[in-house]
Amino acid sequence: MLKQARRDVFHAIADPTRRAILALLALQAMTPNALAEHFDTTRQAVSKHIQVLADCQLLKQEQNGTQIYYHLDPTKMRDIDEWLAPFRKLWSDRFNRLDKVLDKMKREKK
Amino acid sequence: MITTNETKIVAKPGHQDLFIEREFEAPRDLVFRAFSEPDLLVQWLGPDNLTMEIDKFDNRSGGSYRFVHIDERGNRYGFNGAIHEVAPPERVIRTFEFEGLPERGHVAMEIALFEVLPHERTRLKIQSIFKSVEDRDGMIASGMERGMNQSYAKLDELLKK
Repeated sequence: MLKQARRDVFHAIADPTRRAILALLALQAMTPNALAEHFDTTRQAVSKHIQVLADCQLLKQEQNGTQIYYHLDPTKMRDIDEWLAPFRKLWSDRFNRLDKVLDKMKREKK
Repeated sequence: MITTNETKIVAKPGHQDLFIEREFEAPRDLVFRAFSEPDLLVQWLGPDNLTMEIDKFDNRSGGSYRFVHIDERGNRYGFNGAIHEVAPPERVIRTFEFEGLPERGHVAMEIALFEVLPHERTRLKIQSIFKSVEDRDGMIASGMERGMNQSYAKLDELLKK
């Protein structure tokens, strides 16, 4: 189940329009109308993209009077970061070994 | 050394490059040497469970390299590239191609910058630019050679059943 949700997140961010929406919302909370103004596509198309992102819990809604504002949900964005974890570990293990090599070089120099 | 410096990885969704950044408690000339001298490089570059072999390392502008990682079973994972520029002790630009892929041509360019920091410290910044977003994401998802290794181990397990 978790795997399914994860795949959905990557499906969600695979689309360039949805990535653009996330990028805009990273700067500030916006209404669907304000978001749609940034795109050449129809409002319905933008709404659909917002829906996909919301379904993946990448967005949070906030009612402000009659308007609905969308925010980024940082929790799920962290999942995307988790995807980098094995790659980061590969490099941090590597650099930790390099620390030891450098340490030895420093000692030999003295 | 008690503290370990953080390794920063930045890979923006939909971009075809990635950034690796790390600081070292050593002066720049030492860090650059650890990247440039074969007997030093083999001590840290190979992934944990793999042995690293240097097939070729002609480390100069216009040179080339080929490194091989060997696992416990003797499987060999080679990668190679052309060295565009070596500007000691501040910059190395080279290409990278993993030979374990099913087809040729998935080449990345790596730009490594070595920056002097106060108190005899060094900041290393690597930018890798891939042929496509898919190539970059594939590299990250597989964890590169380690991913290959694990998939072979899994295949072995399946065959035992």
